[in-house]
Amino acid sequence: MDSWQALLIWPGNPVLSVLVLFVMAIPILYGARQAMHSLLHALFRAISNPLRLGSHWLFKTAEELRLRNKMVLLSHGREEISQGIVKEFDRVTSLVQRDLHGYPALQRKLMDEITRIEEDFQKCGEVPPPPPEWTKAVAAIAKIKPSGDGLVERILEDISDSIDDVYEKVVAEYRESSKKRHNILKGFMPFWRSVDLSLNRVDKNLNGLKESAAKIDEQMEKYTQINANTEKAEHTLTSSATTLFVISLLVMLIAAGGAFVNFWLIERPMEAMVGGSEYIYGNLQASYLAAMVIIFFETLMGLFLMESLGYTHLFPLNGVNNSMRRWMVWISLTILLILAGVEVALAVMRDMIVAADVALKQELAGGAAVAAAANVGWALNIPKAAQMILGFTLPFALAFVAIPLEYLIHSGRTVFGALLVLGIRGLGFATRFLSSIVRQVGKGTEYLYDAVIFLPLIIERVLVNRGLGTAGASGGRAAFPKRATSGEHVL
Amino acid sequence: MMRHLRFIPFLALALLATSCADQRSHAQAVYMLVDTSGTYSQELDKAQRIVSYLLGTLKSGDSLAVARVKSRSFSEKDIIAKMTLGKDPMQVNNQKRAFADKIGTFKADLKKGSAYTDITGGIIQASEFLNETGAGQKTILIFSDMQEELDYKTVRDFPIDLKGIRIIALNVTKLTTDNVDPRRYMGRLEWWEKRARAAGATDWRVVNDLEHLERIFKGRG
Repeated sequence: MDSWQALLIWPGNPVLSVLVLFVMAIPILYGARQAMHSLLHALFRAISNPLRLGSHWLFKTAEELRLRNKMVLLSHGREEISQGIVKEFDRVTSLVQRDLHGYPALQRKLMDEITRIEEDFQKCGEVPPPPPEWTKAVAAIAKIKPSGDGLVERILEDISDSIDDVYEKVVAEYRESSKKRHNILKGFMPFWRSVDLSLNRVDKNLNGLKESAAKIDEQMEKYTQINANTEKAEHTLTSSATTLFVISLLVMLIAAGGAFVNFWLIERPMEAMVGGSEYIYGNLQASYLAAMVIIFFETLMGLFLMESLGYTHLFPLNGVNNSMRRWMVWISLTILLILAGVEVALAVMRDMIVAADVALKQELAGGAAVAAAANVGWALNIPKAAQMILGFTLPFALAFVAIPLEYLIHSGRTVFGALLVLGIRGLGFATRFLSSIVRQVGKGTEYLYDAVIFLPLIIERVLVNRGLGTAGASGGRAAFPKRATSGEHVL
Repeated sequence: MMRHLRFIPFLALALLATSCADQRSHAQAVYMLVDTSGTYSQELDKAQRIVSYLLGTLKSGDSLAVARVKSRSFSEKDIIAKMTLGKDPMQVNNQKRAFADKIGTFKADLKKGSAYTDITGGIIQASEFLNETGAGQKTILIFSDMQEELDYKTVRDFPIDLKGIRIIALNVTKLTTDNVDPRRYMGRLEWWEKRARAAGATDWRVVNDLEHLERIFKGRG
């Protein structure tokens, strides 16, 4: 306060003192205008330039990261599709080996059946010989009108009888022949059925092949798009990875819930095994760690099991042959079974401990209400059975975590990569925005400075306009310069 | 594959190293002083209920001792029952059952109360016991009206050490004189609190509502 008072010309009138001081300072400020402008310019540039540089670097890094992500994504997609194509080809190969392998035999069978059908068909076509030629003569004689001659009538009667005999014989022969042909046709049926079945099988196999070919075509189309590095392929793969990530995360959360239940199922009996009063670090009890180790071990065995079965590809097991794989399957499955058995035992133990605790608390409370439970003894076994079932099934359920885990890891790379790019770009934008603000503030400060010394600047402009202040104008910066547009950086 | 498996022994070693890291005791030790002097000896039913509650609360590794407060209480002979719970839950239950039985027997055998009340002697004995247990949490529960009465030979007016121990006064009943002048009751509690804090006690609390025994251990770390 005292130093402020000392600055005043008339301490009793501070307003007037400040005004006089201001008027006195104006020529000095006008004289220092160019230097002050340079100083302010340099000062704000010193802040805005590094920010711009940082922003530029961030955008460049984001772009590089995006390209790298794209490369990884496409490479991963290419690998996945290659695997899909190989799998489809394997399917086609096995289909061809299994079904088309028997095609020569099937063809021979079909040919045999067709030949037989043809032969039988020809047999069906064989008609009995027509009635003898004399029947026509007899028919002509039969047309003769009765004349009353006894001899003729007798001859005619004989002829009629003979014709009747012949007719009956012919009809019988015809019937016999028809019967034979019908029997032959009846004998066709199994062959027709067999031929129909064989052709259906062929049709089914060919349809399967057609489907596989369509799938291969589809995969090949994707593969071509990936190879061409198209935006569509990138977007498809990113979107597919995001969906997969969310689904895998959801499944993992459900699995985590299962692991949590499993943990509380075995923690209590573990307390009895490793000691409830033992602590590993801070408030982490030894029993907690022991229970967690069992759960992690189960998950690990599940991981090995899935890996050995070929459902997941988290580890590079290319060097492991099939026999070793089989061994790994059996070993991990056996350990998993043992652990499931251990959990069942722990579940029983937990039930016993809880029952003992309840009994003790009842005893301490006065020893009543123990007998009431005896009537529903079977019902009391339900929680125990439920715990045992949970103890046995949860390790196997946890084993399947390997599948979503693999998808989570693979899709996580894409999702986090994309998020990182987004984050870096956001940071780059913020830095650039800040740089722009600093620059504008710098300019504003320069204008404010000019506004303070507006009076000498107006005088300078008047003099310049009259052409008298040429020397002064050429020596310094012009008052109220036009706003520079070229080379200015605006957000 | 084999390269990855090589890390397993290192992990096991790391686990072993961390397992030895925490030397801090997480166990808690509780020493309960039960006033058996004069008319207060009639409150033993409540004391037994508190012991039952404690038995239900304590876990493996915890210690519990119950001692009586009589004319001179600075003696191991005044400890009615003491135990440190084992690791096996079944064994723990048996220990608790045996402890409850001892308290029951003591209650049944107690015919009449002592003439004087040596709370300070009991507290000194309690602090010795608690410090010996090496527990992380040490608590002295004083089931008494907190009216100390000493015979002329007994000396207790010297500073005591209760560093790291919590003191909880339970069921501090009002005496007839307290009813006449409640300031006596307030003053008595204040005096004990001052004494406990001066001795280095980490906490002093009074719990009179025995329907909410969980308040005994409320806020323990």
